[in-house]
Amino acid sequence: MRKYSTIFKIKFLAGLQYRTAAWAGIMTQFVWGFLEIKMFQAFYQTEPQSFPMTYSGIVTYVWLQQAFLSLYMLWFWENDLFEAIQNGNVAYELVRPVSIYNTWFVRNLATRVSKTCLRALPILVITFFLPPNYRLTFPSNSTQFLGFLLSIVLALLIVVSLSMLIYFWAFYTIQSLGLRMIFQTLGDLLTGAVIPLPFFPTLLQKMSLFFPFAFAQNIPFRVYSGEISGIAMIRSIQGQIFWIIILVGFGKWLEFRVKNRMTIQGG
Amino acid sequence: MKLYKRYLLLHIQTELEYKTSFLLTAIGQFLVSCNVFIGIYFMFQRFSTVKGYSFEECLFCFSLFLLSFSLAEMFFRGFDQFASMISNGEFDRILLRPKSLVLQVLGSKIEFTRIGRMLQALVMFVYVLLRQPIEWTILKACITVFMILGGTVLFAALFVLYATICFFTLEGLEIFNIFTDGAREFGKYPLAIYGKNILLFSTFLIPYACIQYYPFLYLTDHTTNVMVAFTPIAVLLFCIPVHLFWNYGIKHYQSKGS
Repeated sequence: MRKYSTIFKIKFLAGLQYRTAAWAGIMTQFVWGFLEIKMFQAFYQTEPQSFPMTYSGIVTYVWLQQAFLSLYMLWFWENDLFEAIQNGNVAYELVRPVSIYNTWFVRNLATRVSKTCLRALPILVITFFLPPNYRLTFPSNSTQFLGFLLSIVLALLIVVSLSMLIYFWAFYTIQSLGLRMIFQTLGDLLTGAVIPLPFFPTLLQKMSLFFPFAFAQNIPFRVYSGEISGIAMIRSIQGQIFWIIILVGFGKWLEFRVKNRMTIQGG
Repeated sequence: MKLYKRYLLLHIQTELEYKTSFLLTAIGQFLVSCNVFIGIYFMFQRFSTVKGYSFEECLFCFSLFLLSFSLAEMFFRGFDQFASMISNGEFDRILLRPKSLVLQVLGSKIEFTRIGRMLQALVMFVYVLLRQPIEWTILKACITVFMILGGTVLFAALFVLYATICFFTLEGLEIFNIFTDGAREFGKYPLAIYGKNILLFSTFLIPYACIQYYPFLYLTDHTTNVMVAFTPIAVLLFCIPVHLFWNYGIKHYQSKGS
């Protein structure tokens, strides 16, 4: 366990070094979130009765999405891992007395968390003080807040364990660009990054629940605003745990197969 | 012009050397804008209009905007990557050559993979034409062409502006992406839906609305005032300060050193 926490610490501290980039990112995300809210506002003003979320629900969703962007982005990859797989350097990782699944899992986790630490806080603090129409409100009660805290972690584990599958898949295909692209675009849509899932047509909304993507950002952001509460909240968190078990299990199985069948060419 | 043609040919040849990679990147571009399209489509499954604009009208806006953006990105990508050009000393080498600077920067990168995005834009454009026939007149056809050209010029000017800022900062400013990628993202709806202030900003500061919203109003018969149809020309006004700033930048450029 200690080796993994060390890897986490190293990666986490390395991530904290990019502070200027983070400031630029914060500014960009602000403008982005602001325009996004304006857009939903336009739809809300035109036909409030067709709006599938509460107005403050969508504002919350947009700001949390911007604040925790680096936590859940599906298009983020540790490119040196793909390179190592392609040029064979991964052999060095395989001879180490650690599981590569766990190592890579922790690395991904650390990078995402450290990026988020830099960006999330300023965005959250400022959005609490915006004019009422754009303000991020507090969660409605402490149950919702606890649910939010729990599901935000579980959602992160889902995203990381999903991307682990792609890393291990790269052992088989070597050129993984195509696969990554399908994963990113399909995932972005089903996770509610393009538009929140409640805006999907009803049938597709139900179908999206059969994919793990729907249990990522979709859950914590809507739990926070109280759109998912009570039984639905417990169900959602159960769903998250279910998917983590499946995805990690599958990833571990891939790791096992890769370890046994791998041949490194040349020396 | 001859030199540019050679550059063009060279880039086509390089791309063709890596066919799979080219194809995959182009498909990726297509899929990303496809997601945006699906987003709009889903919104209009639920809402019939937004601020009085229909689905087809929004798509029309989006397709033209996307088309001009991808054209600009394809041919002016050299300016977009200017930061790295300055930092690796490539620009110093360019300065030494007895040929036009702009031409050489342009020739340094031509991104044909953007064809994926263009394809998406064209598909949407054709779809709109089939769904909601605009009553075409020669004037309207001309305006459409002007909108696309004006948009390309506007985004190209923004890329140049971005590059010029690099003269002073010596590195890329991520924040500038709001004006390029951000505009591409939010240009999917007629700019008026974002409220009055955004519209004012995109009329007088960076004239996005002049190549999108105003001529669009005329094309879809929301207004009969022919004057608004000529707003794409305003883009040229935007180009003047950018051009001056670029010249100023070159004059004051101190190499990054080695």
